This record gives sequence, structure tokens and C-alpha cells, in this order.
Amino acid sequence: MLRLPTLFRLFAFAVLVAFLIQPQWFEPLLRPLVQENAPAIYNQGSLLQLTLLHLRTVAIATACATVVALALAILVTRRSGAEFLPLSRSLVNIGQTFPPVAVLALAVPIFGFGEKPTLIALFLYGLLPIFENALTGLTTLPPSIMEAARGTGMTGRQRLMKIELPLAMPVILAGIRLSVVISLATATIGSTVAARTLGEVIIAGLQSNNLAFVVQGGLIVAVLAVLIHDALQAAERSLGSRMGR
Amino acid sequence: MQFRVDKLGVIIAALAAYGALLAPFATFRANRIVAGEARSIGEALPSAWTVVVLLLVTATVVVAVLKTPSRLRLGTAFAAIAALALGIGAAAGHLTPPENAYARVSPASGFWILLFALGLLAADALTRLRPSPLVRVLFLSAVLGFIAAVLTSGTWDGLSLLKEYASRADTFWAEAGKHVTLALGSLAAATIVGIPLGILCHRVARLRDGLLGVLNAIQTIPSIALFGILIAPLGWIAVHVPGAAAIGIRGIGTAPAFVALFLYSLLPVVANTVVGLAGVPREANDAARGIGMTDFQRLVGIEFPLAFPVILTGIRIVLVQNIGLATIAALIGGGGFGVFVFQGVGQTAMDLVLLGAVPTVLLAFTAAIVLDALIETATPNRNRVQSA
Repeated sequence: MLRLPTLFRLFAFAVLVAFLIQPQWFEPLLRPLVQENAPAIYNQGSLLQLTLLHLRTVAIATACATVVALALAILVTRRSGAEFLPLSRSLVNIGQTFPPVAVLALAVPIFGFGEKPTLIALFLYGLLPIFENALTGLTTLPPSIMEAARGTGMTGRQRLMKIELPLAMPVILAGIRLSVVISLATATIGSTVAARTLGEVIIAGLQSNNLAFVVQGGLIVAVLAVLIHDALQAAERSLGSRMGR
Repeated sequence: MQFRVDKLGVIIAALAAYGALLAPFATFRANRIVAGEARSIGEALPSAWTVVVLLLVTATVVVAVLKTPSRLRLGTAFAAIAALALGIGAAAGHLTPPENAYARVSPASGFWILLFALGLLAADALTRLRPSPLVRVLFLSAVLGFIAAVLTSGTWDGLSLLKEYASRADTFWAEAGKHVTLALGSLAAATIVGIPLGILCHRVARLRDGLLGVLNAIQTIPSIALFGILIAPLGWIAVHVPGAAAIGIRGIGTAPAFVALFLYSLLPVVANTVVGLAGVPREANDAARGIGMTDFQRLVGIEFPLAFPVILTGIRIVLVQNIGLATIAALIGGGGFGVFVFQGVGQTAMDLVLLGAVPTVLLAFTAAIVLDALIETATPNRNRVQSA
């Protein structure tokens, strides 16, 4: 049976898709937000295309961040990498005090304008929550289970693949979810350095004093963030219940 | 096996060797706009400084590679960082031709890599020493004091970053003031409103889900959009509410930025208040009821003090986040360090970006260290109680 919140999300998704494909259907809703002759629907590019580019940027950055963060977390939780564990914790804490705008702006002189600095900033910023959660997941496993695994003669690799990673997976996935949501919002700032994201719509609105642009850009990102957050959470739950079985 | 090799030390040695020997130490530009020419450490520094910096870096690398006590590692790392900081100032004087006001000297990748490598070593040593909150704050003050001393001594005046500052000294401090006012003011407002809201949510379960849901939804709106969306209602208020314009409420500028930061700040404050109050042990509440405390007495005397560390954690999250987000205010004319960041991005002037970004990062970093220390002091140490 579909529950009410699920129905609500499906409805939100349907409205979002309709808006991206046929934005002019919604023109009357946005019309009151603009002055007489100003356009109410973003007219300097396709909203659908910008949304896909936005999602692509976030997906690439998060995928890279996940791979690197997981590899690093596995490395520093092995015995051979234990010397790095205290430092990695501090670096995560220090890194999260860096404002995303600063990371983005500092990437521009090195990587030029466009998508590259945005990807780099999203990647670096996305690393932190995933790495932090992976560390938490891998260092707080129940000692009794670890001992049992060692007792049955599993090798370090087997323990990692069959015991540690599956047990830590819910926490790691929560980190990835957090990272995606932060990246979705931060990617909009990428448009200040000419990356093609939904931020373009918002910035165009700010520059031409067009509230409708600001609202539609912001709402698309917000709805995307809520839907993706909930979808990932549902995926985590189904994974968790399957593993619990 | 007395001389075991430290793995982190090897990485630091590799970084430092690359930074010192292969990467350029400073960039020289004939004026603000032309492309820079790379200068190696030997070319950039007067020979005495080259010797000092290289010796200290080498000493630090040796200390890092061998397994040495943390205090020694920290000491040498800081000595080398200090030499690097003073050295880059000397490089500016050395590279700039006399009587030339247009030439620009700025630190290049080698300098930053060396600084990063040494910073890693210092951070690792500090983490291992586990200093108490007070020592951490004293340490922070010492580092900030050193930076202030170097700045006032004029050692860095020849650097491009400081030349950008010199031509904007007045606006810099005005924007700094706006930045701090935005970040701290919205935090103060969010604390004053958020803690009572959190207490209300704790008492009225029905309200909790709804309010936290709304605040969560606000967090998903990207910052530049929320700043923009608020322009309209505030503009309307300024025109239609008598007296609003007189106290500075306007559609663009500081007012929408302030309200946006306030809205973002509410969720961590309210949510942490709820979590903190929910975490108060039932026994504590029962005991308080048993001795005849009223609801209000219980709240002020028992619940709030026990929940305080968790609420403080929410405030820390907000403060660090606000200091970063306040940079976005520049996009809607709200001022702050973001003004320099976005101007710099627009002109591809790295130094101008740094003029905005470095103070922002320093501010966020300082806030994080100070509040972490406060939280640790406020949290009752359960381990200590148990072991006593």
C-alpha cells in the first residue's frame, strides 16, 4: 500500500518533471512575481538541460568523493595505516570549517573558470562527510563480532569485505546522502564561476531583479534535494532490513 | 630497532622535498595583470634566508621521518612555519626592484605545499598531544598573535595580497565588520528564538514534527536562492510597514542576508535543544519532581544545564556555517568578505580572492576551536567520574 508521504513525494516528482519539460504551463503561477514585461520562465537556456547538468556535476563529484573517501577510510583503519588515524580525524574537522565558497574561489585561479573548479570544490567538500562516517562505521564495529571473524580464520581481506564493510554500510550510506544534499545546494554557487548548473537561473534572477527566476531555480534545487535525500534514505532502509534478515 | 621510520613522516618528507626543490617558491609579476614568472626558492630568497629556510625544513623532515616525541615534532614544525612566513616577506623585498610600485610578488605552489606539509606535521603532533581546551585556545591565540605581529611589523607589506589590502584598507574593515555582524547577529537572533522554540517542541510533541519538518525544508533551499527570495518580502515590508525602512530594512543588502542566515541557523539550534532536553535522564527529572520543584524550576535548574553542551554544539555548527555562508551575502549587496571573493573571481585576481577567503577561513577556524573548547569544558567528563 502506498502511504501518504510516498504519494506526496510521487506528486512532487511529477510536478517537477512537468515543470522541467513544459515550464510554460506554470507561467500563470510565476507571473505575479515579475514586473509587467519581464519573462516569468527562465528564457536563457533549457531548465531541463540545466537540471541534468546540475545532477551530472553532483553525481561525478560524489562518485569520485565516495571512492576516494572509502579507500582512505579503509586504509587508515587497517593496522598498517593506523598511524594516520588521529590525523585523519583532525583533518576532517579542519576541512569542514572551510566555507564552500572559499574552496570554490580558490580553485578558480588553479583550474580556470567553468565546470572544473566546481567539480574540484564539490569533490573536496563531499569527501568530508563520507570519510567521517566511514571512519565512524569502521571503528565502532562490535568487538565480539570482529573476534569471532578472526577466530574462524578469515583473512584481513575477507573480514573487510564480508564483515566490516557490510556492517558499516548503513553509516557510510548516510554519509553519502549527506554529501549529496550538501553538493546539490553548493553546486548552485558554481554558477558564479560560470559552471552550468541551476545556479545560473538564480543568478540571472538576481542580476535582472527577476524574482520568478530566483524562485524557480531555488525550488527546483530544493525539491531535487528533498526527493534525492528521501530516495537514498529509503534505499538505506531496504538495504538495512535485507541485511537484518 | 631504535630508528623506526614514521609513515606520515615519509609523506611529509616527499611533499616538502617537492615543495622546496621542484616547485616554484614565489611568483613575480611586473604589474597586477600580466602573467607571473616562477621563481625557485634560491632565486626568490636572499641567500641567508634560503639557508635558514632550507635548514629548518630539512631539520623538520628528519624529525618527521624518525619516530620522535610529539613535542619535538610540534616545535620544529612551528619553527619552520615561522621561518617560511618571514621568508616569504623577505622574498617580496628581494624580488621587487627598488622604487617599483607596480611589481607584484606572491607565494607560489612550492610555498603552499611546504606550508601544507608542515601544517600536517603540526596538526598530527597536536592531535597526539591531546591538549586541554585551555591549552588549545592559548595555542590559537599564540598563532593569531604571531600573524598579527608579522602583519603590523610590515614584513609582508611587499606581498601582493597586502598591496591589495593597502589599496582597500577602509572597505576591508567595513566589510569585515559587516561579515561579523551578519554571522554573529543572525546567530544571536537564532539562539534567542530557537532555544524557546526547542523547549516548546520538547514539551509539545505535536509541534515538534511539524516545525522541524519546516526548518529541514528551509535547509534544502540553496543559499543564493533563499537570499534572493527574501528580497521581495523585505522590499514589501520596507515600503508598507511604517518605520521599517528607518531601521535599515530594505529589499536588497544586509536585511535579506540577515534573515536568510537566521532561517538557516534555526534548525541546528532548535533540533539540538530538543535532542539535549530529550537526553536528560529520567531519574534527574523524577528526583527534581520528588523534591517539589516546579516545572519552571526544573527547566532552569535541571534540564537546561544538562542539555547545555548539546545546545552549544548546535551553536557551534551554526556559527561556523554562518561565517561561511555570509560570503554569499555579497551577491545580493549584503557586504562581507564575499565582496572581495566575488570581485576577485570576476577579475581573475587571485590575491583579491585570497583577501576575502583567508580572513573568512581564519574566522571560521577560530570560531570552531574556541567553541569546541567551550563544549569540552561544559561537557561533564563521564570517564573521569567513573575512574575516580
